[in-house]
Amino acid sequence: MNMTKRLRKTEGFKIVGTRPQRPDGIEKVTGRALYGADLSVPDMLHGAVLRSPHPHARIVSIDASAALEMPGVRAVVTSADFKKQAKFFMQDTLDNCMARDFALYDGHAVAAVAAKTRKQAEEAAAKIRVEYEILPHVTEVEDAMKPDAPILHAGRSYRNIPEGNNANVTNYVEFGHGDVEAGFKDADLIVERSFKTAATHQGYIEPNACVASMGPDGRGELWVTTQGHYMVRDFCAPFLGLEESKLRVTPSEIGGGFGGKTTVFLEPVALALAQKSGKPVKMVMSREEVFRASGPTVSSWTDVKIGMTRDGKITAAQAKLRYQGGAFPCGTIALGAMTAFAAYDLENVQALGWNVMTNRPMQASYRAPGAPMAIYTVESVVDELSQKLGLDPLEVRLKNAAKKGTKSSYGPTFSDIGLVATLEAAKNHPHYRAPLGPNQGRGISCGFWFNFGGNSSVSLHVSPDGTVAVTEGNPDIGGSRASISMMAAEELGIPYDKVRTIVGDTNSIGYSDTTDGSRVTFTVGIATIKAARDAIRVMKGRAAKVWGIDEDAVIWEDGAAKPSGPNAGEFPPMTMEEIARNAFKTGGPIAGHYEANSDGAGVSFGVHLVDVEVDPETGFTKILRYTVFQDAGKAIHPAYVEGQMQGGAVQGIGWALNEEYIYGADGRLQNPGFLDYRIPVASDLPMIDTVILEIPNPGHPYGVRGVGETSIVPPLAAISNAVSRAADVRLCELPMSPPRVLAAIDAKG
Amino acid sequence: MSKIHVTTTVNGDTVEYLCEPTETLLDVLRDRLNLTGAKEGCSTGDCGACSVELDGRLVSSCLVLAAEAGGKTVATVEGMAKGENLHILQEKILEHAALQCGVCTPGILVAAKALLAKNPDPTEEEVRFWLAGNLCRCTGYDKIIRAVLDAAAEMRGA
Amino acid sequence: MVKVTLWGSLRSATGGLEQVEASGTNTREVLDDLAKKYPALETVIAGGVSLAIDGTIYKDAWFTPISDSSEVVLMPYMAGG
Repeated sequence: MNMTKRLRKTEGFKIVGTRPQRPDGIEKVTGRALYGADLSVPDMLHGAVLRSPHPHARIVSIDASAALEMPGVRAVVTSADFKKQAKFFMQDTLDNCMARDFALYDGHAVAAVAAKTRKQAEEAAAKIRVEYEILPHVTEVEDAMKPDAPILHAGRSYRNIPEGNNANVTNYVEFGHGDVEAGFKDADLIVERSFKTAATHQGYIEPNACVASMGPDGRGELWVTTQGHYMVRDFCAPFLGLEESKLRVTPSEIGGGFGGKTTVFLEPVALALAQKSGKPVKMVMSREEVFRASGPTVSSWTDVKIGMTRDGKITAAQAKLRYQGGAFPCGTIALGAMTAFAAYDLENVQALGWNVMTNRPMQASYRAPGAPMAIYTVESVVDELSQKLGLDPLEVRLKNAAKKGTKSSYGPTFSDIGLVATLEAAKNHPHYRAPLGPNQGRGISCGFWFNFGGNSSVSLHVSPDGTVAVTEGNPDIGGSRASISMMAAEELGIPYDKVRTIVGDTNSIGYSDTTDGSRVTFTVGIATIKAARDAIRVMKGRAAKVWGIDEDAVIWEDGAAKPSGPNAGEFPPMTMEEIARNAFKTGGPIAGHYEANSDGAGVSFGVHLVDVEVDPETGFTKILRYTVFQDAGKAIHPAYVEGQMQGGAVQGIGWALNEEYIYGADGRLQNPGFLDYRIPVASDLPMIDTVILEIPNPGHPYGVRGVGETSIVPPLAAISNAVSRAADVRLCELPMSPPRVLAAIDAKG
Repeated sequence: MSKIHVTTTVNGDTVEYLCEPTETLLDVLRDRLNLTGAKEGCSTGDCGACSVELDGRLVSSCLVLAAEAGGKTVATVEGMAKGENLHILQEKILEHAALQCGVCTPGILVAAKALLAKNPDPTEEEVRFWLAGNLCRCTGYDKIIRAVLDAAAEMRGA
Repeated sequence: MVKVTLWGSLRSATGGLEQVEASGTNTREVLDDLAKKYPALETVIAGGVSLAIDGTIYKDAWFTPISDSSEVVLMPYMAGG
């Protein structure tokens, strides 16, 4: 037995790398899988939320007496029904769920009702009388920074905010190294541009939903669609004044999240209504509520300046990023400023960032939060420099690419990263050399995301027949039960179909961080592999006992214990089935568990290539061909890795071409529905080709690197660069809707 | 307002229900008949997650009043598999890993089945336009389109 | 002593220094010493920070070993999607 191979395996896999059916597949194709809104329980009430029609107002009074007289009504709650929180972030999250003193955006929850039917609850909510004192509002980042802008809340700025900013500016960050001013002097060409990106919504198809029940003894049950049920518990318990372990949260199947379900909206409200009414309460958001009061991402306004030599070397790079993250302080700007230049090996680099509050919903994470809009601006300017200098844009990126030993723009020195290999793969792909027709253009962009590790728990039980039940604590958002079953089977040396993986509730498995940061296959994978090793240790011990030999003389291979070494003796292999069958006679039930606290997730790079055709008459952009190149470390289930790459690319296509939050002068959201907030549909798109690179991540036993988020980063610039080349005019604002592209074409004359 | 008595056929079975005049077919399927395979993604006919067949015609059940289903036949995702045998479309969606979160999958399956009943040999473009009313936020549609084309080929015996 | 690199906007807390020295053999000791030497950093550290040690990012670890030759970079606490 080779011990190094045992600790880290990069080849010779039997199951990892194959494409088996996912274990939850049958339920999902037959309609049996239960999502957030699919559960009903006996004697259940329905909740409805009254939302502010004003973007900014002081709540003078709330009178629910008429609502409480309505038929079927059992309870009304307002912010007064929740516990005050000591920490700003907790109080902000609670205030976003239910307005306290001030309504801060159109759609902000002000009160909620529980009644026998949903209709009764909605009718009663409409009868709640709220007296508002309307205040001036601001929804756009550039307006919110002006000296005379309406202020959302004073006193929330961090102390390092430079002089001259108003109280809406809450966060200020600086990253970089070297001397950009000196670097610009060495440049042969400097391009400086200003960009804007619209706020977009995660756009999950399943609206937020939950069913809550509460007893007078402080025990609660919550069924909820979420990316993290421990996160939901850790918000809701203090909001309601409960002890954490008394609130059991069970995750439903989740109909998409993309970061949007990494916080709470309805959950504490449903629990408060359940507490007050003494009945279970179901709450489901309408699509309009999803748009007005959940998500979205930040919108941005960024200036970028990059200098380059005639032969394509970047001499200095600077970005000034300004994000609005809605009505509360928001740290996403730091991620934008850190990621903006991450793909480059730069001597002189500086990224400055400001977060600004506006009268919009509190932003929620959206797939690689902060990165797409930052990298869009940098990759646009790099492309324009390449174009103006007559250089191949891919060669320019190769020339300046971050690699092992590069001091990254956010500080640390990169170890093994796959950007150069990914760029080389794009360069050598037929797509890069395919001919283009009239009005067509090709765009390229790099993308980057950190990837996370963190905490996750796995418990693995060997059943008496030798099959295996795995319980883990991370909601399965895109097929992770398959990859976890595969890693368990691989490690145990048994067939994939002998393993069943389920997602446990908060009280049936140990704490697990939210399903975010592309961390599940990485961290739950580590926990699964180590839980399997724990079970193998137990099983080897049982075999040793039966054989009467030393435990160290037993190895595990192909799903069986085998004697090994000079003094082990001759015994036929003892299979897992046999060990399991005799478990109760040899020492009791067999299980393994592991609680991971993992680091070393390994950063991720991707490169996207896109061909577009722009109609010069209408400004409409058609995506003709799209190829995604990404380093997956080791692809456990390649089909689901491809799916992440394709899905992220298409979300990015929507962001680039169609999607935007549109606020009117009245501060109200004008397009809270899928008709006017248009996400990509099947007929908008070609096939999305994928090239998976496998450069093993040294931080994972099988080399896994997170893959979920990086793919949404490059499309914004890749498409903007393609459109700019096709239309022969540089586009600097997203989305590139037909009127905007047409205006740019007309403006160039 | 008194309730309306409706007799209809759902997945081959005769069913009766009482509904409010304002209730949608989707509400009745989900809340009165316990068929939660059809999902409410928008309630405005934009997302297709509630797709069902009404007398063989593909509809968004959130835009059909429950009372309108009287005397008609309704087919939902729950009726696609026969006993333990999945429909070929269901098999192909699984085989191609053409789902991630799976919440749009019932609507996609019902819509694709309606397409193949009309057009057993669709082009990629025809599949894309037919499914343009079914939003999927996870997959980028690539694997869904491939699964439907593959199912069509297999159903034709190609 | 361990050399700790700060992100730019923290320099106001260290009198303009981009790199500061702290003593300690693991993440907790180094962060505690930083907070002691530069009281303005204390709230930032208490609010949650990540540390990159030789290129690997650590979010919540107290006991990750740090040697005097390690490259240590203080980073904001991160959230993902």
